Amino acid sequence: MTTSTTTTTPSRWKRLRDSYLWYSFKRDRTAQLCLAVFICLVIAAFSAPMLAPTDPYDLRHIDIMSSELPPFWIDGADERYSLGTDAQGRDLWSIILYGTRVSLLIGFGAVMLQALLGVTFGLMAGYLGGRVDAFLMRLADIQLSFSTLMVAIVVGAVVKATMGSAFYSQYAVLMLILIIGLAEWPQYARTVRASVLAEKNKEYVDAARVMGLRSKRIMFRHVLPNTLSPIFVISTVQIANAIISEAALSFLGLGMPETHPSLGSLIKSGFDYIQSGSWWITLIPGAVLVVLVLSINLLGDWLRDVMNPRLYKG
Amino acid sequence: MALLEVSQLDVRFALRQGEVRALRDVSFTLERGERLGIVGESGAGKSVAAFSLLNLIAKPGFIAGGTITFDGQTLNTMSERGLRKVRGNRISMIFQDPMMTLNPVLSIGEQMVECLKAHRRISTKEARAIALDKLRQVQIPSPETRLDQYPHELSGGMRQRIIIAIALLLDPDIIIADEPTTALDVTIQAEIMALLLELCEQHNVGLILITHDLGVVSQVTQRILVMYAGRVIEQGSTREIINDPQHPYTQGLINALPQMATPGERLNQIRGSMPSLSNLPSGCAFHPRCDFINRADGQPRPACTQQVPAFVESGNCRVACHMVAEMLEDRRLKEESP
Repeated sequence: MTTSTTTTTPSRWKRLRDSYLWYSFKRDRTAQLCLAVFICLVIAAFSAPMLAPTDPYDLRHIDIMSSELPPFWIDGADERYSLGTDAQGRDLWSIILYGTRVSLLIGFGAVMLQALLGVTFGLMAGYLGGRVDAFLMRLADIQLSFSTLMVAIVVGAVVKATMGSAFYSQYAVLMLILIIGLAEWPQYARTVRASVLAEKNKEYVDAARVMGLRSKRIMFRHVLPNTLSPIFVISTVQIANAIISEAALSFLGLGMPETHPSLGSLIKSGFDYIQSGSWWITLIPGAVLVVLVLSINLLGDWLRDVMNPRLYKG
Repeated sequence: MALLEVSQLDVRFALRQGEVRALRDVSFTLERGERLGIVGESGAGKSVAAFSLLNLIAKPGFIAGGTITFDGQTLNTMSERGLRKVRGNRISMIFQDPMMTLNPVLSIGEQMVECLKAHRRISTKEARAIALDKLRQVQIPSPETRLDQYPHELSGGMRQRIIIAIALLLDPDIIIADEPTTALDVTIQAEIMALLLELCEQHNVGLILITHDLGVVSQVTQRILVMYAGRVIEQGSTREIINDPQHPYTQGLINALPQMATPGERLNQIRGSMPSLSNLPSGCAFHPRCDFINRADGQPRPACTQQVPAFVESGNCRVACHMVAEMLEDRRLKEESP
C-alpha cells in the first residue's frame, strides 16, 4: 500500500494545544489565576506532612502553654508559629495545611461517589426509560427532599449509637464522603439523564443497536462519552458544594472531630474565641476555605462557558 | 425457501391519540444475493419497515402481527440475545446521514473493532486487520491513517464509505440501506451507489435499498416494492415497474421525474399530499389523489372509496388497484366471449 497523504494522528498534547479549550484558557486571566491558586492549594494540602513544621495530630508536640498565640504580624507572636496557634496550642499553619487536605479529600471523594451513583442512575433512567426512569427519578426526588444536613444527622446518630463515637471519629472522613455522596447524587443523575435523552435519539445510537451491541455497552461506551461536558461542568460546582457541605457539617459538630480537623471544624473551634480577641483561629481557615471554593467555582464558570456552545459569545 | 420472508407485517404505534398503523399487511421476500428496492414518499413506512426487520422499532411502536422469517428463524419472536447475533452480523444496516451515524467521540478504528468484537472472539489486532481490509475494499485513501481518525476529520462521502465498510465488516447476508445517498451531493451519490452495488455483487450480499430516488432504484435493484401510506401497493421486477407502471401512484411517481417533463413546462406532480396515517381515507388510501377514480363512462368507481383494493396479478407484477383489477377483468371477459 502506498500512502499518498502523510497525515499522522496528532498526539494528545498537540490536540489539547490546538483545542478551543486551550485557546480560551490562554485568553482568560481569571481562569489562569484560579487554576494556579487551586493547584497551589492542592499541592500544599497533599504535601502537608512535608510542608508543615509540626504534626498537629501528634499530641506530644502540643503545648497548652503556647495556645492562642497571634500570627507573626501582631505583637506577642512566637516566631515558631508563623500564623499563630489555636486554643489547644497547635500551630495554625500546620493545621490549616492538614485541614485543607481533609476538606479536599472529602470534597473529591464525595463527588466521586456522587458521580458514580448519579451517572449510572442517570444513564439507566435516560437510556432505558419507562419504569426504570420513573423509579430512579422518583428516588432522586425523594433523596433531594432530605437535606444533606438531615442525612448527616440521621446517619451520624445511628452510627454513633450503634458503633460508638470513637468508631465514628475514626472513620469520620469515610462517613462524610458517604453522607455527602449519598445526599447529592440526584444532581448528577438529573443532568446526565437530560443529556442522555437528547443523545439517545441520535442516529449513532441506532447504528450501534443495529451493530448488535449490548445496551450496557451502548450506554457506557457510546452515550456516556457524548454527555461528558455537562458532567465536567457540574463536577466543579459539586466539588465546591461538597467542600462547603463538609465545612457546614463540621461547623455544626456533625463532621470532622477536633483532633483531625477539616477547615470547617477549625473555623468552629476558633468561633468560641472570636470574642476574646483570638480572631485568627477562625478567620484564617475561613479565608482559605473562601479562596478554595471561589477558585473552584470560577473555574467551573469558565468551563461552562467554554463547553456550552450556546453560551459562546465570541 | 427465500432467505428473508416477510408476511403480513403489521406495525403500530401506540400514541396518546390512539393507535396508528404504520405498516399494514406488508409482505415480500428476498432471495440470497437479490437486490430489492423499497420506494415511496416520506411517511409511507419505508424506514419503519426496515427497522422492524431487525425488530428495532422504538417505543411506542411495536410489531402487532405478521412474521419475519430469516434463514429459518422467526425474527419477530426471537429473544433479544438471539437478535443481537443477527444484527450487524447477518443483517446490517446503512443509514441516511453519514454525519450522524458514526459516534463523534470514538475513532473509526475503535468503532469497527468494537463491532467485530461484539460478534467474534478475536483479538484487537486481528480485528484491526479485518477493519483495514474492509476499508481498502471501500477504496478509502490511506486506510491505515483513517483507523485512528475521528468522524469529524472526514468528509461526508468518506464517512459513508466507512459506514459501508462497517456494514460489510462481518460479511452479512443482507444489507439494509436506508436512503444511503440522500445526504450526499450528486457526484458522490453515484460513486457511493456504484461502490455499494459492486460490493454486494462481489460478496453475494442481498440488498434492501430504501429510497425515493427512482433513478437509483432502477439502476441497482432487481425488484421493487412501492409503498403508500403503510401498504405495499405494487411490487414486481424493476424493469417492468419502471417501464410499465400499473398503479396510478407509481405512474405518478415516474411521471414526476424531471426527465419526464417537457422542457419549459412545470414538472408533473401528484396533486395533494400523503394522508396522515391516523386519519386515512376510506377504501383505497390513494383515491383522493387519484386521477383514475372515474370509470370509462365518467361515473366514479364506488369500490375506490369503499373498499381496500386487493392484489391482482398483472404480468410479473402484483398491483393493489381497483382500476387495474377492473381493466384485467374486462380483458378476461372479452377474451372469453369474443
